[in-house]
Amino acid sequence: MQVPAPFEYERATSVDQAIGLLERLGSTARLVAGGHSLLPMMKLRLANFEYLIDINDLHGELGYVTVEPGQVRVGALTRHRELLESAELAEAFPIFRDAEKVIADPVVRNRGTIGGSLCQADPSEDLSAVCTTLDASCVIRGPSGERVVTMDEFYRGPYETAVGEDEILIEIRLPIRPGGSSAYHKVERRAGDWAVVSAGAAVWLEDGVISDARVGLAAVGPNTTGIPAISEALRGSPPSEDLYRRAGEIAAASCDPVTDMRGSAEYKRHLADELTQRALRTAVDRINSGPRSLEES
Amino acid sequence: MTTLDARPVDKFDDNDQKPIGHGRMLRKEDPRFIRGLGKYCDDIQLPGMLHLAILRSPVAHARIVSVDVTAAQAHPKVKAVITGADLAEKGLAWMPTLSNDVQAVLATDKVRFQGQEVAFVVAEDRYAARDALELIDVDYDILAPVIDARTALSADAAVIRDDLEGKTDNHCFDWETGDEAATEAVFAKADVVVKQDIVYPRVHPAPMETCGCVADYERVDGKLTLWTTSQAPHAHRTVYALVSGLPEHKIRVIAPDLGGGFGNKVPIYPGYVCAIVASLVLGKPVKWMEDRSENLVSTGFARDYIMQGEIAATKDGKILAIRTNVLADHGAFNGTAAPVKYPAGFFGVFTGSYDLEAAYCKMTAVYTNKAPGGVAYACSFRITEAVYLVERIVDCLAYELEMDPAELRLKNFIRPEQFPYKSKTGWVYDSGDYATTMRLSMKMAGYDELRREQAEKRARGELMGIGVAFFTEAVGAGPRKDMDILGLGMADGCELRVHPTGKAVVRLSVKTQGQGHETTFAQIVAEEIGIPPADIEVVHGDTDNTPFGLGTYGSRSTPVSGAAAALVARKVRDKARIIASGMLEVSVADLEWTKGSFHVKGDPTSAVTIQDIAMRAHGAGDLPDGIEGGLEAQICYNPENLTYPYGAYICVVDIDPGTAEVKVRRFIAVDDCGTRINPMIIEGQVHGGLTDGVGMALMEMIAFDEEGNCLGGSLMDYLIPTALEVPDWETGFTVTPSPHHPIGAKGIGESATVGSPPAVVNAIVDALKPYGIRHADMPLTPSRVWDAMQGHPTPPV
Repeated sequence: MQVPAPFEYERATSVDQAIGLLERLGSTARLVAGGHSLLPMMKLRLANFEYLIDINDLHGELGYVTVEPGQVRVGALTRHRELLESAELAEAFPIFRDAEKVIADPVVRNRGTIGGSLCQADPSEDLSAVCTTLDASCVIRGPSGERVVTMDEFYRGPYETAVGEDEILIEIRLPIRPGGSSAYHKVERRAGDWAVVSAGAAVWLEDGVISDARVGLAAVGPNTTGIPAISEALRGSPPSEDLYRRAGEIAAASCDPVTDMRGSAEYKRHLADELTQRALRTAVDRINSGPRSLEES
Repeated sequence: MTTLDARPVDKFDDNDQKPIGHGRMLRKEDPRFIRGLGKYCDDIQLPGMLHLAILRSPVAHARIVSVDVTAAQAHPKVKAVITGADLAEKGLAWMPTLSNDVQAVLATDKVRFQGQEVAFVVAEDRYAARDALELIDVDYDILAPVIDARTALSADAAVIRDDLEGKTDNHCFDWETGDEAATEAVFAKADVVVKQDIVYPRVHPAPMETCGCVADYERVDGKLTLWTTSQAPHAHRTVYALVSGLPEHKIRVIAPDLGGGFGNKVPIYPGYVCAIVASLVLGKPVKWMEDRSENLVSTGFARDYIMQGEIAATKDGKILAIRTNVLADHGAFNGTAAPVKYPAGFFGVFTGSYDLEAAYCKMTAVYTNKAPGGVAYACSFRITEAVYLVERIVDCLAYELEMDPAELRLKNFIRPEQFPYKSKTGWVYDSGDYATTMRLSMKMAGYDELRREQAEKRARGELMGIGVAFFTEAVGAGPRKDMDILGLGMADGCELRVHPTGKAVVRLSVKTQGQGHETTFAQIVAEEIGIPPADIEVVHGDTDNTPFGLGTYGSRSTPVSGAAAALVARKVRDKARIIASGMLEVSVADLEWTKGSFHVKGDPTSAVTIQDIAMRAHGAGDLPDGIEGGLEAQICYNPENLTYPYGAYICVVDIDPGTAEVKVRRFIAVDDCGTRINPMIIEGQVHGGLTDGVGMALMEMIAFDEEGNCLGGSLMDYLIPTALEVPDWETGFTVTPSPHHPIGAKGIGESATVGSPPAVVNAIVDALKPYGIRHADMPLTPSRVWDAMQGHPTPPV
């Protein structure tokens, strides 16, 4: 059994109380939600914090999926399992269910949260790619109140986010636009492994022409933000295999993978291309066949 | 000899047929495992028990300049901090390995692999012990590591084992088998010669339960009790006696429930010795349980053979000869567990299941700055590597001859009438009817239909592959005249006592790690003496309560200990017959045995049951002349030969041409392990082994970077397969009994692990035929399959 170094532990009773604790304890403290990244790092003694503030009791306050006109609001403590099982979320953004099906395993999904996933800011993390694809924004609360940042602003680099030492990510907002659908494709060496590469795509059609499209990639470099060049290349054209190929080429050219145990950089670049095409194709097929096909696809 | 009732197993067969003897029955040990009531090493809690943690080297090769333990000793919960220098003072810094090499218990001069043991801390709890490790300050003088086995013997390679007197290179041993000149002559006349480089990468057994122990030395009576994760408690006890100087009768080794072994729990690890030393020094019980990373980084690895295979054949597909050149990476210390005369284990069976004119193998083993071992992972003493080599090279030949791989194998099998068959490397195969087993697997697979489907798919650009592998195993070491480990002959004892009420206890020298000994051995005894398995207690894993024997590994439990159990039961039955003759007042020759009772010939009503006899044996009244009271016996079984189980495996894969992901769609496994004691347990063993094989073929590898950092130090980095990577197994069987085993049984534990990797790889290579691929090395991750599709399959090391 791997055992962590000594630490103090406190269960938060409210978001504001947790922020108060963070304000007081500074960099020596860390929030624990699902704990599936933090606790292994602590056991391996790669991360050593003097205090852990457990926010799992705040699930009532921060665990929700709320669909409103124009947007979906997802509480930061919403668990993977809840995201996977939410029919409303799947209807608005099928990409979520695609991704959640291939995130880790049921044990992790029962505990892990969307907020924890985003704040871990692992370049291979699936929900980061999903939120990037959907142009999400993040609500961060601190001692001086709330602020809303885009995904571009949220990510500062691998394992770094805009969330300050005394702040908490409390909500993710996903804008709903008509005529759209989305999809996620991932290649992994084994079920539950991190992605070798994955690609998310969201497409909006207007009169058979792509009015907007976004692609988000995971595990191909430190930059998890969307690829504007793909959006530009797709806008204004009807969907076609040629267009997907063009988007795939841009994806491959825009990423910066490294060779590791999961695969060679060359292969990952190929996957960025291949999976971008597949995700775009699936998203467009879903628009064309309507929401009914969702469960089958 | 092969029975004709070979049939695919109906998965709805009743698994609880309550046999009095062989047959399907639920495992007696499962109620406690299913309820979480198994008792493992880490469950042992003793009053005053202390906890030990080991400081390990962060680097692969370095000279130790100094070790400062002052701060660690000052930790309030620390009871002792011990370094290599401390052990050297007691003469305990080095210990023998199972291959007559030595291994550092704690490093004194140098560290030779990342993860090597450098010092240990004993503290009041596990957390404090681990905390104190961080207070030890070691100054290392970094040396150039030797990581690539191919360059280990080059003149400029650093000498790893400068502890060995006069050692000036990294050479470990040379070994050869077969006839070099005769093989060369056959190759010279052959129409076709195919040569292929084949790597079997380093993998790890990764049992769910890591290794550990609780050492409890009682100062008053001078007795050491060691609860430990051991597949071979008796062999371990003897080695501890030899190393520590404690008298053997004052050492009791207990292997409680084991959470998997796969060979990983055959060696004696430094951690066990450290815990014993700590208990001797402190006079308290001391627990050491390694964590997952320690298990993966430092304990017995498997494989790591860089092989070159060559096969010679006629142009119409008659295989004439096979030869191979092997470079074996043994890591920093030669810790291979194999009989001493077999430094390459049983790799000599690389001639496979084929009738050859000649064969030859030359092997060179080297030291590298990697963890020692080379024992494990259900390898049957290196038969895994041998079978992989021959089954790959035969497929390469099929590729070159443009022959169907199943047809090529059928053409070259050793024929039934040739058994017992002496191979060109000297192994005597006991029995077999390979073609029948092969044809059954093809029938179950619908082989011809699969080939038709493949042709259609290829025409559409889809990638489907069909892989065939046929293996023959050699399991059940001894005989003791040929096989020993550190001078201990590979034979096994067994003791059977029937209690007055007709219940029994059978004591084994072997130790289950999940194989189901508590059920299988009760069934073996039940079959012979007619006492129901539920009434037979199986005792194992405790040296004070079981007879001596060499333990469970290399699929040897049923071939060796299983034979012992059958023979000891027959010995008891022979005595029971004499007692029955007295009870029924007839001569022994007038008695007939039907399972569970003796009756007078021609008069079934005049009978006594084994239970009646047991009471008589212990009861009042006279027994026949010369017969002592009691109903018990003990034997030690020395096998006459190994047993040779075999099997035909067919794997069907689909590969996504866009992503190179491999999906194992079907797997048909037909095994012949001779007499089948409990078919349900056999199927379970096969399912596990097949899963192992898919894991090795697709994802498992202990890799190192150039500095010698182990890249497989967690289960996030070292992948093992899940249910989602494997298909619904289709198992079948034929039955060809072993002629020399008392009940005709052969081993089964490792068959599937041995046979399945070549089937999976052959299927993948077959799928990639349109790309002109003849070979690709494991692990065939999507990235490595894609490399092959681009025309440049790369070796993994």
